[in-house]
Formats: sequence, C-alpha cells, structure tokens
Amino acid sequence: MTTSDAILPRERAAAAERSAPYRNSSPQSGSDDTRRRADLGAEKETDGRSIEGKSFSQSWVARVVAERMAAAGKLLRTTAFKLTLVYLTVFALFAAVLLAYFAWNTRRLITEQITETVDAEIQGLSEQYRQGGIRRISFAIEGRSLRPGSSLYLLTTAAGERVTGNVGALPTGVLDNPGWYETAYRRVDEQDSSDHDALVRVDQLPGGFRLLVGRDLEERERLFDVVQAAGKWSVAIVIVLGLAGGIFVTRRVLARIDAMAETTRTIMQGDLHERLPVAGTGDELDRLAINLNTMLERIEALMRGIKEVSDNIAHDLKTPLTRLRNRCEEALRAAEGPTQYRAALETTIEESEALIRTFNALLMIARAESGHVRDDMVVFDAGEIVRGIGELYEPLADEKGLRLEVETPAPAWVRGNRELISQALANLVDNAIKYSASAENGRAEIMLKVTNQGERILLSVADSGPGIPAADRGRVLERFVRLEQSRSEPGSGLGLSLAAAIARLHDGELLLGDNRPGLLSVLSLPRAPAPPAA
Amino acid sequence: MRLLIIEDDRDAADYLAKAFREVGHIADLAADGEEGLAHALDGQYDVLIVDRMLPKRDGLSIIGTLRAKGIETPALILSALGQVDDRVKGLRAGGDDYLSKPYSFSELLARTEVLARRHGGREETVYRVGDLELDRLSHRVIRGNGEIVLQPREFRLLEYLMKHAGQVVTRTMLLENVWDYHFDPQTNVIDVHISRLRSKIDKGFGQPLLHTVRGAGYMIRDNK
Repeated sequence: MTTSDAILPRERAAAAERSAPYRNSSPQSGSDDTRRRADLGAEKETDGRSIEGKSFSQSWVARVVAERMAAAGKLLRTTAFKLTLVYLTVFALFAAVLLAYFAWNTRRLITEQITETVDAEIQGLSEQYRQGGIRRISFAIEGRSLRPGSSLYLLTTAAGERVTGNVGALPTGVLDNPGWYETAYRRVDEQDSSDHDALVRVDQLPGGFRLLVGRDLEERERLFDVVQAAGKWSVAIVIVLGLAGGIFVTRRVLARIDAMAETTRTIMQGDLHERLPVAGTGDELDRLAINLNTMLERIEALMRGIKEVSDNIAHDLKTPLTRLRNRCEEALRAAEGPTQYRAALETTIEESEALIRTFNALLMIARAESGHVRDDMVVFDAGEIVRGIGELYEPLADEKGLRLEVETPAPAWVRGNRELISQALANLVDNAIKYSASAENGRAEIMLKVTNQGERILLSVADSGPGIPAADRGRVLERFVRLEQSRSEPGSGLGLSLAAAIARLHDGELLLGDNRPGLLSVLSLPRAPAPPAA
Repeated sequence: MRLLIIEDDRDAADYLAKAFREVGHIADLAADGEEGLAHALDGQYDVLIVDRMLPKRDGLSIIGTLRAKGIETPALILSALGQVDDRVKGLRAGGDDYLSKPYSFSELLARTEVLARRHGGREETVYRVGDLELDRLSHRVIRGNGEIVLQPREFRLLEYLMKHAGQVVTRTMLLENVWDYHFDPQTNVIDVHISRLRSKIDKGFGQPLLHTVRGAGYMIRDNK
C-alpha cells in the first residue's frame, strides 16, 4: 500500500491550499492583509518622500490604513458582496466536486483497463506454458519485454529464483501468494533509477513456477497529478475572478448608492432642489431614483404652494387688516355720536367679511392642491352642474342686462367632487358677468355649455367682455393677480386660481382663450365612463 | 328657547351666551367635552351648540354618544374646519347643522332658531302667511284671489321662506337648503333671486310680506 500512502499527504496539502483562500476572505484576515499591503505601499511611498519627514509619512500611513480598512469593512458589509461570496463558494465547491468525480472515474477506468490487460497476458502466457513448458513461456516473455511500452514480467521458480523478466527488484513477499498487488518495483535495465509503482498479478503455474505480470502505474499517477493541478488552478482562478468581479460590481453599486445617500443628505438639510442621480440604465436603482425624484418634485411643489400661500397671506391679508385697523382707530379718534360709530362698525364688519372670504378661498385652494378631497369623488353628469349654475346666475345676468344661455346637449360624465366643480364654474360665470357688464360694446351674451371632445369634457364659459390679453392669460391664474383694468371690480383675485386648482385636482386644466371679442374660459376635465343605469 | 353652548374658548362662549340672552333665550355653558355631555344628558335643551374641537371629548363624539342613547336634541356644530368634507363628516356624525368659524351671530341665531322650531314643529301641507298661500302638494301659490305662477326654483325658495315664516333666514341658509350649494358665491346671487320672487309675490299688493332683515337675511311675515 505504499502508493496510497504516498498519495495521502499530497491530498492533505492540496486540501490545505484549497481552504486557504476561504481563510483569507474572513474579515479579520482580510483587513490584516489590507494592512500588510498598505504597509508595503507606505514603505515605498516613504522612500519617495524622505524629505518631508517621518512623522508625516507615519500619519499618512495611519490614515491610509484607516481608510482602506473602512473601505474594506464597508465592502464586506454590503449585501452585494455577501451574495458574491456565497455564489463564489458554491461555484468553487461545484468545480472541485466535478473535478474529483472526473479524476476518480478516470482512475477507475485505467485500473480496470490494466486489470483486463494483465489478466489477458497471464492467460496467454499460461497457455504458452501449457503448450511448450518453461522454455516456451520464457521465450514469449523475453519477446514481449522487448516491445515498446511493454508490461512488466517476472518468472521465478518455486524457490523464488529468477528465470526471466524485465522486473529487477521487488519488495519481499510479493511473490509468496498469488493475487493482485500494488507494489513498488525496479526494472532490470534501469539500475540507477528510483522505484516505480505498479499494479501486478502473481500467478502460480503448474510445476511451482510463479508468474508475475503487471503494468506500470505511472500513467495513472500522471493523470492524477494533472487533475489535481487543474483542480487547484481552476479553484484559484474561480476565486480570484469571482472576488474581482464581486468587488467590481459591488463597488459600482456602492458608488451609486453612496451618491444617492449623499444627495439625500443634502435634501434632508433643506435643499429640495437636489435630485438623485439617474444613470440611465433603467435598472432597479434607476427606477428607485426616478420614483424618489418624482416624489421629491411633488413635495417641492407642495412646499412651494405652502410658501406661496403664506407669502400671499402675509401680503394680501395684512393690507386689508391694516386698513381695518386704521378705520377703527379713526372712528375712535374722530367719530361724533352713535350714528358715526355705527357706520364705522358696519364698515368694519363688511371689511372683515371680505377678509374671511379671501381667507376661505386661500384655504380652499390649498386644500384642492393637496389632493385631500379626492376621497369623495363620484361620477355625475357635468350637464347638471352647468344647468344648476346657469339657473343660479341667470337672474343676476338678467339684472345686468346680459343674456345667459345654457347649452347641455348630451350627458357628459365626469368623476369628481360636485361641489368643487360647481364652485369652479360659478367663479368663471361670476367673472364673465362682472366683466361683460362693465363692457359697453359687444354682444351682451354669456354662453355656458358642455361639450364632449374625445376623452375630455369641456365646460366652457364664453363672454363678450374685454377679455384677457394673451400675454396675461397665464398670469391671471396665479393667486391674487388682478389685471389693471379689473382693480375697480370687487373680488379677491382668487376666483380663477381656485378654478384652476380645482381643475388640477380633477386631473384637468383651466384654459383661457379668446372669444373674439371676450374671454373664453374652459374647464377641461377627463371623461369618465357612464355609470350603469340605475 | 333653552340652549347649551359647549365651547372651550371662554370669551367666545361668554359672548355667545350674552348675545343669546339679549334676544330672550336661556343659555347654559360647558367648557369641555365631558361636562358638555353630562349637561346634554341631564337637561332639557332645545338646541345644542357644540364646538368641534374640545378638551377631554370632541364635539362629534358628544353628538354620537347622545344619538346612540336616543337623545335627538338638535345639534349645531361650530368648527374652524370649514371645508366641504369636514361639514359632511359633522353631519354624518349626527349633527343637524354646521357653521364654520368665523361666523356672524345673526347667522348662528337664525340657524339655531330654525333648528329649535324644526324639532317642535310639524310639516304642513299648506303654508299660509297673511293672504299668501302655498300648497306643497299641488305646487300652487295663491295670493288674494289670484294664482301666482312661479318657476320651480322660485317655488322652493318661497316654500323654504314660508316654512320658517317669522324667522330670519340667511343667504347662506337659502343657498344651502334651496340650491344645495355649500360654497360662497362671490357675488350675492341670492339677492337677485329674492328680488325676482318679491316682484312676483309682493308687487301690486298693498302689504309687503317678504322683508329684508338688514345685516342678517330675509324673513317672510305678516305685519298685521
């Protein structure tokens, strides 16, 4: 059993080598390794910077070491890197098992082949002996020994004296009993060379002669070495490539996540304009970044809304409040008698009512813009609303000498808050009446109608008043903007912005156009599927 | 009329109580939710005026508890939250009316009186004020010896006014109850509707029935 003894230590060494990379990948030894490398780098660096003094290079070394350790630690903590390690281990094990299976099978095959050959040779030689005795078998053995790549032969007497054969030295005892042996041997013609391993069969011929036939095992050993080397290399390559790939991928992912985290920190510090970087690869990180950016945009818009509201409140509520206060002070100072006090108080109440109205409108806009009312939306016919508002405002128009026409030809289904859409439309009609009445020229008519236009439902109010110049149409939708010519009219300046906010709440928009002459305001809302007939 | 005002703002509560007493009503005060609920369970009130946000127990919960115990005293909710959805929530919780702050006392008074009357009164088929008569079944309006032809909305407007004859009805109440709108139309559209109605029912008759109450609203009443 010398051969298997010889193999065992080799296997142990190989196993030790194979397990070495795993040891290295544990965090502790990994950072040790990093430190060693860092030290090496630092030594080189120190040579280059000898003028700058030793203390500098020492602190530099410490810093570099710390940085690398932190970097390695961070890398090891990431999910991506852990996954890489798991895959790597699985893959390396798989490669090793595959190679082992291959080696074992080949070895078995070779052994089988040797056994068959040896059996056949022994059979052939026994035949020769039976036919021609010792002379004939000796002749045959000598002849076969001369062939290139010949098997091993040894023919001895019962006492163990050599008759013929190409085997020189054998360990004692091999020839004693018939059977299979794996043994060391030496060839006759190779006196100086070392022992070889062989698989031999010893047979006893009639007449006490012993015949040994065997094959050298060098081939099998060589194959084993090749497989072992291949195993070592492939596992090593798998580990190196896998680690390198893992680090590369992890670094890339880490770099992007770090960038995102960095941006998020900036945003948290209050800079809402920042956006997360999008690589444009469309992967899950990109999708996450895009979603977060959309969220940020919404938040920013809401914040802007809040800021605008507070700015507007500050500006447009403080002015009338000041006026109110001045009136009261003046009444206290100058009023004579209950009549004048009463008059002052009445104006005060009127002014405060106007203030409340403005305040409510602002709150309404903020509410509509926050999307809070979306919960209780229902599907209804917009024509109903148009007729309702038309009916509500008709007497007012009539009183101002205007004709208010309502046109609702077909049911126009929209999904929304009835109350809010009514209010938006009421604001538009109110505006139309206000400005048409003040205009001297043009047709004295206001047209209120609903039209189905593809996927949109248009609620339009057309007047023949002065209209709004194209350049100002975007601006009037902003809060509190009142054009010069309308300053004399009563109103908060919030009617159009409220209508626009309500339209946006319903995923629609408020469009202002030219009615030649006059203003055409259109509430464009998405069409809803008709509800099942009740 | 006996009122319970549940309001945690002392000044506002005192002001309200004083104002109600001035017009001849009895007003009790409760400063927090628990006290308010106890009073409401004990006393015999005509109307409860309940602030929405109260210490210890909020207004909606008081009303909910009362309704669960079968106490149907009309309740008017006062709230700083004035939007449509809050209003709906308040009414759903069992409130009978909803008024958002800041409100005018005349508005509150008008609504409270209507609530008190509604609780005690009964729904009649024919309303009569002076020589004006409105038949709710046949939808006919007669004044003196002649029939007056009204548009459907004018009929409902007159019906509401006559139902609350002798009481002040505010513009917001009309907008809410006759038109079912709960927003504030910037211009006073209601006034125009009233003047149209007035021209139909009062014009040509010696005695006007539909009166404007300055600073408050309208009232239909026989002056005789």
